[in-house]
Amino acid sequence: MQHVWIVLGVLFVFLNIAAGLIWVERRLLALWQDRLGPNRAGPLGLFIVLADTLKLFFKEDWIPPFADKWVFILAPTVVVASVLMGLAIIPFAPGIVVADLNVGLMFFLAMSSLGVYSIVLGGWASNNKYSLLGALRGASQMIAYEVFMGLSLMGVVMLSRSFNLTEIVAAQEKIWYVFLQPVGFIIFFIAGLAETHRLPFDIPEAESELIAGFHAEYSGMKFGMFFIGEYLGISLISAMTVTLFFGGWLGPAFLPPVVWFFLKTFLFIGLFILLRASLPRPRYDQLMAYGWKLLLPLVLANLLITGAVALWLKS
Amino acid sequence: MFTDTVLLSATTPFSYFPIVLQLCAALGFVGLTMFATHFLGPKRKTSDKLVTFESGIEQKGNARQPVAIKYFLTAILFVLFDVEVIFFYPYAVNFRELGWDGFLAMLLFVAFFLGGFFYILKKGALKWED
Repeated sequence: MQHVWIVLGVLFVFLNIAAGLIWVERRLLALWQDRLGPNRAGPLGLFIVLADTLKLFFKEDWIPPFADKWVFILAPTVVVASVLMGLAIIPFAPGIVVADLNVGLMFFLAMSSLGVYSIVLGGWASNNKYSLLGALRGASQMIAYEVFMGLSLMGVVMLSRSFNLTEIVAAQEKIWYVFLQPVGFIIFFIAGLAETHRLPFDIPEAESELIAGFHAEYSGMKFGMFFIGEYLGISLISAMTVTLFFGGWLGPAFLPPVVWFFLKTFLFIGLFILLRASLPRPRYDQLMAYGWKLLLPLVLANLLITGAVALWLKS
Repeated sequence: MFTDTVLLSATTPFSYFPIVLQLCAALGFVGLTMFATHFLGPKRKTSDKLVTFESGIEQKGNARQPVAIKYFLTAILFVLFDVEVIFFYPYAVNFRELGWDGFLAMLLFVAFFLGGFFYILKKGALKWED
């Protein structure tokens, strides 16, 4: 029974964070770009979240007749479901975790790679040239950065000797892994940006060239699912960054562990938004060259140096 | 060598049960929301919805045409490299027990890995303009 409550709690908390991020992102972007942002509906414009949600609920559920109907419905399902599944292995506090798997990290990587399907299926089912181009770009971007993401986490596994996230957090009692694995952290975060296709790496949707890329034909709640999926993805990558590199729930005792966890997570969500506010989008070939020619050798060197130093310290 | 008690402690089939619950909750949420909005919204079937909008380029031909081979090449590269990455995982957990011998073996593996990588680079698989 306890499992059911945790599952429902995680669902409730993260869906609310995702909805709240609609407002947070627009206000923060406005702050950093010297604008006002939404400030009309309710106190500080907070009711915009409610208005947006209601609008999405009461929009017409329209599927273009030229689209492939069932694949068109499947794509937004996959995007939200895969991210929610990824949240299952994150320990929010001692004992508060949906599934404390011994292969937790592998499970996270598996779920994050499932996200590729939503883009490819969505873009293909739309039967639109812009969508298909966005889908292809998204697919090769996400699978390429998948490799670097997997490799950047190996340093953490080498230090903690475990794939279990609870053990990884417990192993950071003395020192956070961001100090021992700075290169791993930076590459993980960059790969996380590319995986969630957020700006500056939002090449699959690039409004100025592809209109909206893979979800150009989507409207109503199906578009809403891509929208929620993006915010959930940001929350997931931020939560994983905190768990793996910033000591998860660990922190001085005057605040409960859950509060520490979410404080740190919100810091990284803020960083995601700051990057959107400040960086231009690279060209597609630049993104690929950056990944394969810079990140791959760097992450391999990080892996070998970590191994050599750890063995040298031991002997 | 592979009997790390900490690692094996949580392995029972039951520890995967919450994953099933999470899957039900996730699919339930998505399914219910999309099902509900299907009936909540209005339904007006007009041909105007098929008219070009936004950037206003006339529709031309089928969208599903052959595309640049480069995207496919990236996918193949992913399959190759991700399989090689999988070999790093067991090493990362056990590298302390394997010691310097294991490290040398890993260096050899990385050398092969990079050899393949440079071959691909020289072949121009990652060159996007031609």
